[in-house]
Amino acid sequence: MSASVSSAASASQASVSRAALLPIVLLSAFVGAFVVFGVGFAHSNVLHNAAHDSRHALGFPCH
Amino acid sequence: MITRIFGVALGAGCAAGIALAVLQALITTPLILQAETYEVAGLSAPVLHQAAGMKAVGASAELAPYAGGLTDDGRVWLAHSPGEHDEAAGELGFLDSMIGAWAPEDGLERTLYTSLSSILTGFGFGLMLLAAMLLGARRIDAATGLQWGLGAFAAVALAPALGLPPELPGSAAAELVARQTWWVGTAVATGLGLWLVVGRGEPLLKIAGVLLIIAPHLIGAPHPHEYASRVPAELQGHFVAASMVSAAVFWAILGSALGWLWQRGETT
Repeated sequence: MSASVSSAASASQASVSRAALLPIVLLSAFVGAFVVFGVGFAHSNVLHNAAHDSRHALGFPCH
Repeated sequence: MITRIFGVALGAGCAAGIALAVLQALITTPLILQAETYEVAGLSAPVLHQAAGMKAVGASAELAPYAGGLTDDGRVWLAHSPGEHDEAAGELGFLDSMIGAWAPEDGLERTLYTSLSSILTGFGFGLMLLAAMLLGARRIDAATGLQWGLGAFAAVALAPALGLPPELPGSAAAELVARQTWWVGTAVATGLGLWLVVGRGEPLLKIAGVLLIIAPHLIGAPHPHEYASRVPAELQGHFVAASMVSAAVFWAILGSALGWLWQRGETT
């Protein structure tokens, strides 16, 4: 009984902290997507030439 | 919290990126350099470019799809889609106007930029994978991190490769933006689909997940109308395998390092 109460409490705690985390987690994912876009997708010639071999190696559409 | 997320992603991204850089130096870059010799051989006719605008002025119609540009110090860099050039000429970015037409020198400089871009890719994908794990994983440690990393490998490397196999320079390809759009859409749909299939119990959601995984391949990837690569097929086949192996190692290290570093932070 007490075990189920405490697990329910910890579950609600977890969901609260997960909800509080959401903006930070989404911001992190957005920054990550921006970095990956710069390395793998940007059309800038300079970025393309610098990351050329990595784009090919990881299978990004390159040219 | 945000410093912890970025710190863990940076650490895992460095580990996976450095491993990828070593694999690239040993496996994929030699194949790319070999392919470029065929590509340059196809460019033996004089191809002149305006350095700033990247408009081919002397290229024959036959060579135009393979035209690239000249760097400021006169070396040729190669790009293959005429569509890209039309766009690039119209919207030369801030970096291009600042730095001009630049490409790293073959050798140490090129290896350094390749390694740096691998580490940055590890950091960027690390942030996204860690964010997904924080939202969706019941528990985060090295073992679950490895599972998420392999899932990401399936979504970001395996599934897009079915429609758009990793290519060597010189391969004929359809318009760049169309391929990039299909690639990103496939990666997102496969990732979401995998999460629905593995992470959710409801049968309807599982079915929706399977449909999401299949849909991009029913739509089909954009392909060129004809194949005109000068690069031998054996080389291309070898490169696809090398690329898949490199990506698998990269994602396995990235996922497990993310999980391991995150769990270390929990206990201390």
